[in-house]
Amino acid sequence: METNLKEICRDIRCDIMTCIGHLGVGHVGGCLSVVELLAVLYFDAMRIDPANPTMQGRDRLICSKGHAGPAVYATLANRGYFDKKELLTLNQGGTHLPSHCDMNLTRGIDMTTGSLGQGFSCAVGVALGSKLEKDGATIYAIIGDGESQEGQIWEAAMFASAKGLDNLIAFTDYNKLQIDDTVANVNDIAPLADKWSAFGWHVIEVEDGNDVEQVSAAVAHARGNMGSGRPTMVILNTVKGCGVSFIEKLGVANHNTQVSEADAQRAIAEIRGEE
Amino acid sequence: MEMRAVYANCLAELMEKDRHVCVLDADLAKASGTRGLYEKFPEQMFDCGIAEQNMASIAAGLASYGFKPWIESFTPFATRRICDQIAISIAYAKQNVKIVGTDPGISAELNGGTHMSMEDIGVLRSIPGIVIFEPVDAVQLRAAMPVLNDYPGCVYIRLFRKELPDVFGADYKFDLFKADTLRQGSDLSIFVSGLPTVDVLAAAEQLAGEGISCDVINVHTIKPIDKESVLASARRTGAVLTVENHNVIGGLHSAVLEALAQEKIPVCAVGVPDRFGEVGKLPYLRQTMGLTVEDIIAAAKRAVALK
Repeated sequence: METNLKEICRDIRCDIMTCIGHLGVGHVGGCLSVVELLAVLYFDAMRIDPANPTMQGRDRLICSKGHAGPAVYATLANRGYFDKKELLTLNQGGTHLPSHCDMNLTRGIDMTTGSLGQGFSCAVGVALGSKLEKDGATIYAIIGDGESQEGQIWEAAMFASAKGLDNLIAFTDYNKLQIDDTVANVNDIAPLADKWSAFGWHVIEVEDGNDVEQVSAAVAHARGNMGSGRPTMVILNTVKGCGVSFIEKLGVANHNTQVSEADAQRAIAEIRGEE
Repeated sequence: MEMRAVYANCLAELMEKDRHVCVLDADLAKASGTRGLYEKFPEQMFDCGIAEQNMASIAAGLASYGFKPWIESFTPFATRRICDQIAISIAYAKQNVKIVGTDPGISAELNGGTHMSMEDIGVLRSIPGIVIFEPVDAVQLRAAMPVLNDYPGCVYIRLFRKELPDVFGADYKFDLFKADTLRQGSDLSIFVSGLPTVDVLAAAEQLAGEGISCDVINVHTIKPIDKESVLASARRTGAVLTVENHNVIGGLHSAVLEALAQEKIPVCAVGVPDRFGEVGKLPYLRQTMGLTVEDIIAAAKRAVALK
């Protein structure tokens, strides 16, 4: 499975670069950092049916860092939710694939996100809904590290543990960079694990959040916490722009950056190991 | 009966019938009159604590799961404080969440300026897809509650929570999108929402004695406004007065002006004159904000004189 997942990650990365390169600009850094997580969730962990995206009792993913929309779309397309050709419509007028996730536009998207902090509270509401319905679903949420500066994240964290929402597994994409500078320089969120722990969550730290094997193991571990009465936070130490060296090297400049078709081709060659 | 008791009783009936109806509080369930429902409906009542942003987005998440959540707080915290959560988590995402703001405008009384929202309708009226409803008495509220619950979208309910005199009788028929004519006249159309409605009726009675006959129309739904009724009355009388417990900017006055923008009809306003609130009891605040029966009569005469 892991070999297969590595291939899937390569496909997702290539599709992210293709659609952002086709458009010319996009949130490339924070898309590339969550690829392994999305692959593990959609191709292994989640109980879903691409042919029936609104299936009752399905597992759900709320990407609270909504600007990683293109990464989620690339994953959904690879998983068979819609034709890969649709990825080329990213952010074009009238598209079903807007820069930030929209549940009313995109097949397979479970929540509208983009105003940071809100998606995580929505995920808590979804997890509460699943508990009330007793349908056994697992609710996954992805939070950005910069997003963790939003007070609403901590309001939601407090509520989720107070209400014992152990069907909620959240991930922090801890790539250490945000728009203006490093997270540490702007408004440091460290020590992150201690914070989540203090809020009553199980905390799993993943040394390399861009290693599918480590991410798979963490997700399995987190699933094992279900029934414990506490939600789980998985902190993924990731690299913003991971897998494309010239994007990685941009550092803080890679949050939302220009990518030409030629850049995309160069990136794809690197991802495919042809460089 | 207090409006909040009517509201809570209606919610209890709705929750009894449908386990997907649920209520979220931000530590003001006692103020909203719903604290007593927690024991009977433990799987439908949720206190989020003092975290209104979280409450609004959790409600959106529950709605996405097929629930019909109602969220409650004082009007400033149910609207301006969580404006982006309402705009994005609820309205933009098209989630079926009912938002209840209690103690609108001057009715916040002794809580004073910080808790006195004069702008809540204006804040929400500029966000697409939100119905804005302000009940005028217990009869209307009771008739409205099941309709609001069944309406498949976001509604803001601007709820005065204490007792109000009945404006409507037992034969009242409620239509969420149709304004109610309380009194018919030919010289002036008075459009009013919420708390000042009884004052407008008193003013209309006095004006009748002075030879000015008024249409009095209760605009319980400020958005979408019943443009047809507004236009029909205004064209017939040729002069308009709006009366509201809200800033004259952004609320009923603005909504009526927008409806009448193409008409050559004078429109005067009684409302809060673009200022913040302050502490005081209702009689003092009515005086200070220019919302007394005398203020309504004087503005009515100004509107008629402009014809």
